[in-house]
Amino acid sequence: MKEPLFHIVKRDSISWWKSWLIRLAAIAAALILCSVITVLLTGLNPMKVWGSLISGAVGTTRRRWMLLQGTAILLCISLAVTPAFRMRFWNTGAEGQVLAGGMAAAACMLLGGNLPGIILYPLIIVSSILAGAVWGVIPAIFKAKWNTNETLFTLMMNYVAMKIVDYFSQLWAVPKGSGKIGVINSSTNAGWLPALFGQTYLLNILIVVGITIFITVYMRFSKHGYEISVVGESENTARYIGINVKKVIIRTMILSGALCGVAGFLLVSGTDHTIASETVGGQGFTAIMVSWIAKFDPVVMVVVSALIVFLTRGAGEISTTLGLNKSFSDILTGIIILFIIGCEFFINYRMVFRGKHKEA
Amino acid sequence: MIQFIQRAIILGIPLLFGCTGETITEKSGHLNLGIPGIMYVGGICGVIGGFFYEQGVGPENIKPALAILIPLTCSILGSLIMGLVYSFFTVSLRANQNVTGLALTTFGTGIGNFFGGSLIKLTNSDVPYLSLGATSRYFKTSLPFADKLGWFGQLFLRYSFLVYVAIILALAAAFVLKKTRTGLHLRAVGENPATADAAGIPVEKYKYIATCTGAVIAGLGGLFYVMDYSGGIWANNAFGDQGWLAIALVIFTVWRTDFAILGSFVFGALLIVHNYITNLGMAGQELIKVIPYAVTIIVLIVVSAREKRETQPPQALGQSYFREDR
Repeated sequence: MKEPLFHIVKRDSISWWKSWLIRLAAIAAALILCSVITVLLTGLNPMKVWGSLISGAVGTTRRRWMLLQGTAILLCISLAVTPAFRMRFWNTGAEGQVLAGGMAAAACMLLGGNLPGIILYPLIIVSSILAGAVWGVIPAIFKAKWNTNETLFTLMMNYVAMKIVDYFSQLWAVPKGSGKIGVINSSTNAGWLPALFGQTYLLNILIVVGITIFITVYMRFSKHGYEISVVGESENTARYIGINVKKVIIRTMILSGALCGVAGFLLVSGTDHTIASETVGGQGFTAIMVSWIAKFDPVVMVVVSALIVFLTRGAGEISTTLGLNKSFSDILTGIIILFIIGCEFFINYRMVFRGKHKEA
Repeated sequence: MIQFIQRAIILGIPLLFGCTGETITEKSGHLNLGIPGIMYVGGICGVIGGFFYEQGVGPENIKPALAILIPLTCSILGSLIMGLVYSFFTVSLRANQNVTGLALTTFGTGIGNFFGGSLIKLTNSDVPYLSLGATSRYFKTSLPFADKLGWFGQLFLRYSFLVYVAIILALAAAFVLKKTRTGLHLRAVGENPATADAAGIPVEKYKYIATCTGAVIAGLGGLFYVMDYSGGIWANNAFGDQGWLAIALVIFTVWRTDFAILGSFVFGALLIVHNYITNLGMAGQELIKVIPYAVTIIVLIVVSAREKRETQPPQALGQSYFREDR
């Protein structure tokens, strides 16, 4: 029998520097491919393209703040989906959970615009957290009870949320019939997250920093975090050592949904001051990729989400100056993410070529 | 009423293509969340092919056969490449299927919207917007005598050829999956790849072929949407969440492509029914659009609660297979 050219062996372990070397090589390769594509499409000097990409992302003080703010939002959603992923619960519904939270915040701002701030702010925060948590816990309950496929369930919940937002956008449209809610409370700023030290987005960023620390501690040092990782590794083991798997699933999805709700609150109350079905803009899906690429490590997530937001903003700037379509950044993001996902293979497996066996 | 059914069917056809493709893919154990992106790529590649052909020979010299064949080939090639990328990552590199699929959707929608928005600029053509009226006319050609056959002709024969292709593909897929050895092997791969492997079925080959076939079929859905439904006019994001609806349809029809034919018409009807209900108001219309998703969720719950073997998702759905794993 002929031996195949190579076969694949799972690696036992890999030193951390080697795995990071592989990842860096993948990112470098992806960036090279991106430059080639950009040059082919636009016919520009690649150095110039990267130059305008960098200046588009961090060129001015305002852009740097926008970059931080965008990173904070994406990071917040990525952190939110992490506990669920850790226990192998594929929460593809972050988009909908964020939107539910945002919708609740917008509703409070609209209906409670006359309330004093001391009542209004807690009301907004609590209701958006609740809305996100409810949106997240529904699939979890069915997963726990009947093992309903959570990937598909949460995916569908996204669109239910979007259509509900569309419904309210029509119902509360300003002016009537435009289908857009418009900036809420633009005269009184009621329910808007206040600027801190003159920086509009500083409070958003600080909140997300707090969430990052919380998730790190929760996942690494709390009993809950331990239970989540045991359930993720093996449900049977978890059951055997006396963990109530159903309880863990439901509890974790409440947390995941609630944090998505916070992201929705930050988007509506802290950034856009309005709501539309595209407010989240696919970040719920991007966050899934961020969390996975970062191997559920919150610190790495900061880096990854900054990288993605950086690229999106920069590529957006390139497309504007060249008069091209904004979706250019989606192509670049897609390529880079695919490369990083692909390189995981070389971290987890190695190839043994024909005739190069080491005799054991 | 006849007009309503016709429109429902036409709107259901992209979903039927997507659903047939996704079902074949899922039967091999791969949940391809890249389908929405693949449908975008299928659509835009057809548009690019048609655009260059129309621009190249001028509107008066277009030959019907080429006007159909060129976009069709481009579309198939485009979605085939996407399918190959997905299977290379998930089958050969054993990457996570959900993440790969989502990345592919980001990438594919990006490609679609980018070229849709920038094709004219990139090629320096002097047309105001991306419209392939001539090509679309050939795609929309239906049987000439259909209108003469009364309601029967109007209801069943008035469509362009891709509609019948979709239905035949769905029936063929149902037959192959259910009645042939190939289908049996494919289902075995999706249910339990280790057992299939032990029985001597080439698991990776089946996964590759199923995923790529599925991608090509789904891509045709995108092509149909642009060329037939919207009359050759590309509008960014017009395709919207149809790709996700196609995935919803797979669940709704419990992984049966023959059910999907009727299912897609039902979904198509639900998508346009708000235009036909009077005194609903703008807001009410939006609420009606929830129904396809809500119904899918209910089906998903019912199917999982009843635990009937025939209606379950393939058992190994979403898991990569590595022979040396225990």
